[in-house]
Amino acid sequence: MAANAEAKEQVDKATSEYKYGFTSDIESEFAPKGLNEDIVRFISAKKNDPDWLLEWRLKAFRGWQEMVDPTWAKIRYPEIDFQDAYYYAAPKKMNGPKSLDEVDPEILRTYEKLGIPIREQEVLAGIEGAPKVAVDAVFDSVSVATTFKKELKRAGVLFMSISEAVQEHPDLVRKYLGSVVPARDNFFAALNAAVFSDGTFVYVPKNTRCPMELSTYFRINAANTGQFERTLIIVDEGSYVSYLEGCTAPMRDENQLHAAVVELVAFDNAEIKYSTIQNWYPGDKNGKGGIYNFVTKRGICAGKNSKISWTQVETGSAITWKYPSCILKGDGSSGAFYSVAITNNYQQADTGTKMIHIGKNTKSRIISKGISAGHGQNTYRGLVRMLGKAEGARNYTQCDSLLLSDTCGAHTIPYIEVANPTAQVEHEATTSKISEDQLFYCMTRGLGQEDAVALIVNGFCRDVMQHLPMEFAVEAQKLLGISLEGSVG
Amino acid sequence: MLRIENLHVSFDGNKILNGVDLEVPVGKVHAIMGPNGSGKSTLANTIAGHKGYDVTSGTVTYKDLDLLALDPSERAAEGVFLGFQYPVEIPGISNMNFLRTALNSIRRYRGEEEMSAAEFLGLLREKAAALGISNDMLKRAVNVGFSGGERKRNEMLQMAVLDPQFAVLDETDSGLDIDALRIVARGINAFHGPEKGLLLITHYKRLLSYVEPDVIHVLIDGRIARSGDKELAEELEEAGYAAFA
Repeated sequence: MAANAEAKEQVDKATSEYKYGFTSDIESEFAPKGLNEDIVRFISAKKNDPDWLLEWRLKAFRGWQEMVDPTWAKIRYPEIDFQDAYYYAAPKKMNGPKSLDEVDPEILRTYEKLGIPIREQEVLAGIEGAPKVAVDAVFDSVSVATTFKKELKRAGVLFMSISEAVQEHPDLVRKYLGSVVPARDNFFAALNAAVFSDGTFVYVPKNTRCPMELSTYFRINAANTGQFERTLIIVDEGSYVSYLEGCTAPMRDENQLHAAVVELVAFDNAEIKYSTIQNWYPGDKNGKGGIYNFVTKRGICAGKNSKISWTQVETGSAITWKYPSCILKGDGSSGAFYSVAITNNYQQADTGTKMIHIGKNTKSRIISKGISAGHGQNTYRGLVRMLGKAEGARNYTQCDSLLLSDTCGAHTIPYIEVANPTAQVEHEATTSKISEDQLFYCMTRGLGQEDAVALIVNGFCRDVMQHLPMEFAVEAQKLLGISLEGSVG
Repeated sequence: MLRIENLHVSFDGNKILNGVDLEVPVGKVHAIMGPNGSGKSTLANTIAGHKGYDVTSGTVTYKDLDLLALDPSERAAEGVFLGFQYPVEIPGISNMNFLRTALNSIRRYRGEEEMSAAEFLGLLREKAAALGISNDMLKRAVNVGFSGGERKRNEMLQMAVLDPQFAVLDETDSGLDIDALRIVARGINAFHGPEKGLLLITHYKRLLSYVEPDVIHVLIDGRIARSGDKELAEELEEAGYAAFA
């Protein structure tokens, strides 16, 4: 109970100081280090959770305690001490730089290349005191956010933080939270369920085409969401939403754990497009530091002819462990996974998808482009499962790997399980090296070596990039180039 | 404009060029002829800066610049162009996008403003029309699925758009039917002018009846064996390269 009281005091203090912004004593934003039921209760109390949610968290936590980290992925990292971490507030703020002068110039250079304005750079670099102040700069003006909220409201679309949704739409949240990724689904999902502090909630009512692309970019910066975010998107019959998740904020701490969960539910004739650009801090050239990104993303095509597509561009993180998946339950439903994963220096990525065909005439399409450079290790791991009733189901998978150095690795591990004789599964895979002749050709036309590499890699990724919404595609293209800087010598 | 002195080049440990001396003054067209393996492509690749070619001695000077000290993209930005014998494919990048990226990269190097999309499109359409290049070909990925003739015409398009000052064309005429050859020759003649320099590398004198060279050099065993006017091409055609060895 002593720890409990101490934690409570700190949490209370933090809560009161939050209201006045980030300029006051930063250290008091923490609950004590470590993870136990008391911490879970604190987070729950801080979020003002209803009882059912606290119970749900505790159930997840108790499950998690009995689990061990998965070791089947092709990633190597020192054992994570889960008691040596903070689970409440934003520990990255503690040693945040005071001004841009203290920020790693390489990071600033990256921002410049992305064309991010200086005020926004401060937010991304985690300058103390910047977030709240800079919100206006980020969004240009408050009116932008307002217009956009009005328009959504008119359409009946709910778009808010999951904390707000728990308070304002508890029935919806209670019905669907954990319905796709159960609280004890896996080690990292259970951890997330126990301690998630925020995230995004979207609900699109029947026969509604969401009038704009929804993006966490708008929300995350303002809300300063933690590293265990949880996203829940429900799209009702005959509706459509495109959701963009941009993680272009490199954090500078060493080996910080990021364990998010995303759940998607699509009803009859509904469509969800979920796009991610993940550019968390990848660690330095020697593999020091960087985010451990253990993410569970899963969608269910619950209704007939529903569609879910995952498009991801993964350029950041020291370790990426994620398999955005589709459960194709509704007859005629379809799932897609379009992925670009880059590993440079000492980055490791083990990523892919699971397509579970349950309904008749379900379709899935997987296009994976892995690019390895430096000492990077890049693994595609994907499961296509055709269940007994998946009459006429079809899958097409294409996995291409591009190698940019002699010291990197590319691995393709497909799992195919077919229990219906009418199902069709196609798998194609290629591995190639970037060719000297292509580089030379581009350079004789005036492109510098790095620009030439970026151009060739962008061409290699085109089949995936074309699925990104326009405004993201440009950013993603630039990112590919930046992520590969110095990779060809 | 381009001066090559005592150039020795090895490739994969084999000596290919054994002391080439060559000078192409501004406004002139020089042609290099020679049998297979005489070092023609090595010379072209060395001028453009291919890493695989090892310059063991000698100099290449372009407008007072030590060309060998520059990387291929810098050479391009300074105005040197290589038309490839076998242009490579770049999947996923449209011809149009490629050319615009290249042009703007060169303009940046020169401290000029990047060309806007609209302005670029105007330029590209004009140059493409002159070479009989369709809109469809501009939208397709660079050289992917192009026929031999289309590739060579595409090289001419790149030359026309990037507008270099000195161009080396490496067997641009090989593998072309007579119609394609005429189009390519027209492209070369449209490029040529008093401010430009041209080095044509060719096997046959065929191209030289469309593009008239000021000087013809015969390259044998990595050395210029003889130089002369266009009469030399006739002589070669009759006697063969063996007579020059």
